[in-house]
Amino acid sequence: MTAAVELRDVAKEFPGGARAVDGVSLSVEAGTVFGVVGHSGAGKSTLLRLVNGLEEPTSGSVLLDGQDISALGERRLRPLRREIGMIFQQFNLFRSRTVLGNVLYPLRLAGMGRAAARARAEETLEFVGLAGHGGRYPEQLSGGQRQRVGIARALATRPKVLLCDEATSALDPQTTGEVLALLGRVNRELGVTILLITHEMEVVRTLCDRVAVMEDGKVVESGEVYEVFARPRHATTAAFVRSERHSEPDAPLMERLRSRHPGRLVTLPVTDGSPALEGLSELLQLHGVDFALVHGGVGEVRGRPLGSVTLELRGRPAAVEAVVAGLRVPGLAEAGAR
Amino acid sequence: MKADWSTFWPKVLDATGETVYMVLITLALSTVGGLAVGLTLYATRKGGVLPSRFVHAVLGTLINIIRPVPFIIAIVALAPVTRGVVGTMIGTNAAIFPMTVVATFGVARIVESNLLAVEPGVIEAARSMGAGPLRILLTVLVPEALGPLVLGLTFMLVALIDFSAVAGTVGGGGVGNLAMTYGYLRFDTSVMVVTVLVLIALVQSAQLLGNLVSRKVLRR
Repeated sequence: MTAAVELRDVAKEFPGGARAVDGVSLSVEAGTVFGVVGHSGAGKSTLLRLVNGLEEPTSGSVLLDGQDISALGERRLRPLRREIGMIFQQFNLFRSRTVLGNVLYPLRLAGMGRAAARARAEETLEFVGLAGHGGRYPEQLSGGQRQRVGIARALATRPKVLLCDEATSALDPQTTGEVLALLGRVNRELGVTILLITHEMEVVRTLCDRVAVMEDGKVVESGEVYEVFARPRHATTAAFVRSERHSEPDAPLMERLRSRHPGRLVTLPVTDGSPALEGLSELLQLHGVDFALVHGGVGEVRGRPLGSVTLELRGRPAAVEAVVAGLRVPGLAEAGAR
Repeated sequence: MKADWSTFWPKVLDATGETVYMVLITLALSTVGGLAVGLTLYATRKGGVLPSRFVHAVLGTLINIIRPVPFIIAIVALAPVTRGVVGTMIGTNAAIFPMTVVATFGVARIVESNLLAVEPGVIEAARSMGAGPLRILLTVLVPEALGPLVLGLTFMLVALIDFSAVAGTVGGGGVGNLAMTYGYLRFDTSVMVVTVLVLIALVQSAQLLGNLVSRKVLRR
């Protein structure tokens, strides 16, 4: 099966020598949602623009449905771009056109007849929940509605791939949720492959199947979303994941917890492979150790449990050490001894 | 000999008509020319939709040579060219030529600066849909910049009324000519007052019209 989008050792160097993208390889299977996360300046935006040829790679190749587009040239790229929709952080709607006019634009560009284009545009506006708003102008709409127009405009030509450039970063949390839900429908109901870039792990957690983490133009880690969240291997990934896993106490919080709780503090990660409290009560009973739950929480990532709990163990030091050893959580002994 | 107002009014009317004619023809010609030059200037700049360093530099230099020249000097300097193109150096039609040349480059700069104010993201969106450079210029950039463009053209319209009066003083016809020959050369204050009032009225109407149109375009 050929990937909908594939990058092979792609690099993009800008005049002046800055390497925005530095040897990236990744593959997006058709029908999936792929997220690229990273801090601003990590090269995400450039990476996304390589996919529809808005940027030409300095080296490496970009494949769409198996076709190499990296050496096509602007003129031959244009018809291909109609099969790739794109939405933007600042929506980038045409202010001089109505909502309907915005959605009509790519259809007329593709040479569709007036009546057919109008029918298609209205059908698409209905899909994004904006039926009846066609005659309004972008500045009369809320941010969430504007992004819906952006999505309708990007989907009007029925592309196979949708590129999302920080699509929810300018929206408030509730509107973000609505737009993410809509993008989920776009993927499931229309079968559109989505490649998105974001700095919000929330987006990755709710929408993506796979994720790649970028830093300094390179992909430092990638994989299935739950795996990356549950077992991050790279420091940057761990930092991103931690912000989403509020339950794991950071250093200052750990200080405060210690001042409140004199006993031994242990933080137990909860993943679907290691239910933290399983076998805990037997272990505690065996060694005569008592415990208090001092911090933590367990949430869900793609329908699987993820989080952590921090416990205070109370008892004779030797017994507590025996419990800690018995928990067999990697790295726990060192972390607890700090 | 002072003006006899019982017979002088028709002269004022004729002169006003000539001024309006000169100004409107010039505006029309310089808008077309200025759009062409301005769009080219915008498109050929570095990072533009059709970058060309050479074309951009040539046009930029040409504009910078023509624009600082005071209009009264430009009329005189262009006079031989005017005679070649129009066939004469005096009269209303002869005034239109230098006015158009100067206004075209003024409009070009107005067009360029207003296009530059259009958000780059909108252009990127059009590119991502597969639009080519020419289509982006005409169906995205010009409509998106239309409101401020109309205001810019209004500014040019007012400046043209001023130009036409200057042209009038060197044989161009119109209200300026009237003010010079009857008001200034014959020390007739009443003619001076009337012509100034006519010019003020013309400028006011031009500005009013421009505001109206731009408001309609901007929907504010």
